[in-house]
Parts: sequence; C-alpha cells; structure tokens
Amino acid sequence: MTVMAPATPGPAGLADVADRIRGHVVDMCAGREGGHLGGSLSIVDILTVLYFGVLRVDPAWPENPDRDMFVLSKGHGALALYATLAERGFLPVDELASYGQPGSRLMGHPMRDIPGVEVSTGSLGHGLSLGFGFALAARLAGSDRRSFVITGDGELQEGSCWETAACAAAQRADNLVAIVDRNGLQLTGPTEGISPLEPLADRWRAFGWSVREADGHDQAALAAELGATPWEPGRPSVLIARTTKGHGVRFLAGKPVCHYATLSERQHARARASLASFQRGSRDQALPAGTPLDRPPLAGTPLVEAPLSQPLLSPGEPA
Amino acid sequence: MTETIAEAPSLSPDTAAAPAATRNAYRDALLTLMAADPRVVCLDTDTGLFSGADFGAAAERYIDLGIAEHTAMDAAAGLAASGWRPFVNTMAAFASARALEAVKINIAYAGQPVRIAATHGGVAAGHLGATHYALEDLAVMRALPNMTIVVPADAAATVAAVEQTADLPGPLYLRLGRKPTPPLPTLPLPTLPLPTLPRPAEPPRIGRIQVLRDGADVVFVGCGPHPVLAALAAADDLAGTGISAGVLNAHTLAPFDTGTLLAHCAGAALVVTVEEHRRAGGLGGAVAETLADQAPRRMLRIGLGDGPAVGAGSQDYILERHGLHPAPIAARVRTAIESHPRSSA
Repeated sequence: MTVMAPATPGPAGLADVADRIRGHVVDMCAGREGGHLGGSLSIVDILTVLYFGVLRVDPAWPENPDRDMFVLSKGHGALALYATLAERGFLPVDELASYGQPGSRLMGHPMRDIPGVEVSTGSLGHGLSLGFGFALAARLAGSDRRSFVITGDGELQEGSCWETAACAAAQRADNLVAIVDRNGLQLTGPTEGISPLEPLADRWRAFGWSVREADGHDQAALAAELGATPWEPGRPSVLIARTTKGHGVRFLAGKPVCHYATLSERQHARARASLASFQRGSRDQALPAGTPLDRPPLAGTPLVEAPLSQPLLSPGEPA
Repeated sequence: MTETIAEAPSLSPDTAAAPAATRNAYRDALLTLMAADPRVVCLDTDTGLFSGADFGAAAERYIDLGIAEHTAMDAAAGLAASGWRPFVNTMAAFASARALEAVKINIAYAGQPVRIAATHGGVAAGHLGATHYALEDLAVMRALPNMTIVVPADAAATVAAVEQTADLPGPLYLRLGRKPTPPLPTLPLPTLPLPTLPRPAEPPRIGRIQVLRDGADVVFVGCGPHPVLAALAAADDLAGTGISAGVLNAHTLAPFDTGTLLAHCAGAALVVTVEEHRRAGGLGGAVAETLADQAPRRMLRIGLGDGPAVGAGSQDYILERHGLHPAPIAARVRTAIESHPRSSA
C-alpha cells in the first residue's frame, strides 16, 4: 500500500509539528521495548489538529477545570499521545527518551499520572464510555466543555462501544465527539476479515449520531470538521477518519506487521529516512536539504478560531 | 492492547530445557491437543498468539472473534454447553475483569468446560503498563465456584496442565506468562550444603502440590515462574546461614492440595507464600485459609503491595521493587525467624 500524502497542506505550522511527532514515535520504537508503531502513526495528524487547533487545554495547568477533555481510548496509540503532549508543552520533550524504561511514567499504554492524560487506557472499549461520562458531567455542570475520544476501528468490535453509542445518542450528548481511527487493520489483519465494521457510517447513523468522514491525514479537513462540532444540535458527533496504519514510514505503512515494532538500528535509520522523504514529498514547498526541524513555539495561539474563543482560567485561579 | 509475540522461541524437544514462555508452550500444546481431540475449539480475541500457527485439519476450529472478550466468554459457554471444548485466549487482565460477568455466570456457575488461557499474568505485561497487569485475577477466580486454577511455573508444567485437563468436566483458568522463563530445576543442585538437599521434582500433577525441596524450619509455597524460582534461590541463601527451607510449587490453586501443604508445614516455624499477585486473596489467601482452618502456623505472605500503584517498568523491575527477588525474600524470612525464635513459637 502506498503512503497517502496529505491532499492539501494543513494550517501553517501544523505539518511541521506532526512531522516532529512522527519522528518521536519512530525514535521510541527503536528503544529496547519497542512500541505500537502503526497505530501511533495513524493518529498523529488527528492528535496534532486536536492539540494545536481544537482542544482548549492548558499545559501550564493541566487540571484547569474549564479544559476540554480528551481520551485516547485506543491506549496503544500512547507513543503518539506522549509525543503530542511533549510538543504541546505538557511534558519535557527529553522525557520521551525514558519511554519503556524502568521507573518511567511513559509506558506502553497511558496512565493518568501523566500531565494531560485524563484516564488510564489500554483495555479497549472503555474510552468512549468514559468520554461520555465527561460529556454528561459537563452538561450537569452547565459547562460548554467538550469531550473528544479517539477510538481504534478494531476497538469497535468491543460491544461496550455500542452500548455507549446508544446511550450517548439517547442522552443527546452533542458535546461528545468520537473520532474513529479507521486504518482498517487490527493486530492480526484487516478488520473486515475478522469482524467487519462496514457499513460503519451507517451503523453510527442508525444509533443516532451525526456522522462525517475525512482523510485522517488531511489536517485542514480534520481541523474544519473537528473545529465545528456539534454538527447537528442534539446529536453526538463521530468523525470516521480514514488513515493508514504506519503512516509516513513507507516500508511499514499499511502492513499488519507495523502494529508493534522494535526497530533495529538499521530499521530505525531507514524509518527516519522514510519519514524525511515523506515530509519533503508532502509539502507545497519542500524543505531544503539539511534544514533543521526546529521546535516551534508552543501553540498558545489557537489555529482554529471558532471553538477557542473562550479564554481558559489562569493557574491558581479558583474554579 | 496487544503486542507481537515473536520474541519467544517455541518449545520443541531441542529447546525444552532452554527458557521458554509458558504462553508459547500453551500454544504448542493446544495445537497438539486440537489435532488429537476433535471437540477442542480455539477461540481467539485478536491476541496474535496463534499468528502463523499451523492448525492443519483443525483449522476450522480456530475462530478469531476479534477484540470482544466478553462475547468470547459467553460464546465459549455456548460452545461448551453444546459439547465442544473451547479454549479462550485473552490476557489475564481481561479474562478476570473485563469479561468477568460472562465467566462468573455462564462459565463458573454453569460449570461449563471452558478453558481460559490467560496470558500476561501478574505484571508480565511489564512496560505495557498497569491496565494490562493481572494482580487480582487469582483472587477473583478463587472466589468462583467450579473453577480449576493452574499457574504453571514453566513450560513443562504448562504442557502438563493442558494435557491433564483435557477431560476436566468443569472450567479451567490457566494463568500464563509472556516472556521466556527458565525451566524449574528437576535434578539435585550440586553446590548446596547439607542437610537441605533438594530432591528431584516429581512431574507436575494437576491438583497436587509439587515438592521441589524439603526443609525443616521454613516452608516456601510459590506459584508461577518468577515466584517459584525466587523461592528456590531464597532457600539456597537461607541454607547458607543455617536455616533449612523447603519449597513447594503450588501450581494448582483450586482445587487446593491441602493434604500436601499440611504435611509439609507440620514442623515448620514459618510458612512463606510467594506470588506475583496482590497479597490478598491469591496463593497467600489459599494457604492462610487452609492453615487457619486446620493447623495454624505463622505466615509471611509475599506479593505485590496492597495499594493501587505498583509502579511501571519491566516485569523484573517491578518484581524487584516489590521485594520479589531472592535476597529481600531471604532477608524478610531471617528477620521473621529472629523476631520469633523457634523455641517460643
């Protein structure tokens, strides 16, 4: 399978952030323990758009009571989340090197003692229900906080997801947004060969959700959809994001084997080179060879304006 | 939630004495059993444990339901009620919690001959983190009626468990590991001082405690690869300072072999349980209940802490942090012996 390049360049700056996140993910998979490479790379663009364009979050005060909630229900995408949280300022970027090491808080699935991680995930089929709870809590509190959940597509084989789909629609939880990482693969092979999900959009619609689909690596498209929820008042939203497992690393992308990888030194170099050529090939303006990928300033300025109009409380301010 | 499983070698005659993952020994034993017993069905939950496995003529009896553990348990109950012998593959964390209601009502209460192959027992998931740890599973399973619970300490015991439970009329919980672990020693170790010579272990027999070493002062009771190996090494350590310690491998937690336990604990000043599980409700619970009922003895229950946080890191790192290594175990035993000398016990 060929690697899908973004159809259009994303909002300025986001593409570079995503490139750096992909680099971190690949680096972490070259550690002693390896990591869930494929399902991390498939959600990098989604996480980038969420954390740098959509979510109202506050790295200086992760517990800010007015923040939007985010749940990585497919907890095995942890590497992408860690890298995103680091780039967004929740974690020191240097800490990523501790992934998988004894005593590190960065393990194969995210734990809630990590700044910016709301709930521990890894056992599939819990995140949508938890996110629904956050959405209900916001409604009870009269808050406009929103709840975003990324689920895997294979994860939707867990029946609990569909209980929540029914409940959230019944509760008219339009502050709940699910994003399905539709990369088409689970550990052992294509979802459709194991327990088919299609017609997936129709399923969600039948449960009462507002459904849209997008190229999960097209940052502009993702930002446009995720920045404008709810799409239909009174209905929870689900974005089916068509992605490629292992996106950005050509020799692994779209192959089941990329689910979990412990990259050798040689494979690591090859993956890094693949990312670099992928980055150059996917830009309107190719980076000159040798251009260092500097860290950008942490995004204090929202890149998507509409949903970010309300200022967050400052640290130390009473709730 | 899962990771590839290619790192461990498969068990074969040539490598039988080399370290082997009990989950891989299970896989190979099940393939053999499926070829021999047409009732056996392998229900998978996208674990990858059987990727590339050759089921031969039994291929149609391998069914991957996808990521649906609760459904898998209920479906297995239905298969079992229809005369099949289903093995359900999932992680211990999910078997004992995520899918528990199906296990409780439709497998345990109903007494259905479902075999639950629960990998990643204890903290075997290591760096994968706490959602994948199974530290309460033995307590949960012990509380269920009809459940046979086996924690093989090495590959040979795993194969024995699969073979010897083939005709078990009720359910089985088989707790397996993840990474390779060494086989238990089955011959006398040459370097040990008298009078606590170990003796050749009997072959593992499901339902019978395996006596790995006799000892007069202290009796270790362990289950699972790391705890049993740690207990053996701790017994060596203690022997060097004049404390005679026996070691029992209590691989079957239910039904529990109270007779062998009581016989070996009759003269001991201290009974020490070692397990990769919380201190509550698992092996320590089984031993404490037995002794309290029939022949009270001082006990030291060694396991993971009672708090929610067990830390994170590799399996060995976590076990070390919680004192499940030979030296801290031996040190705790010495302290316990010294604080309650035998004459006053």
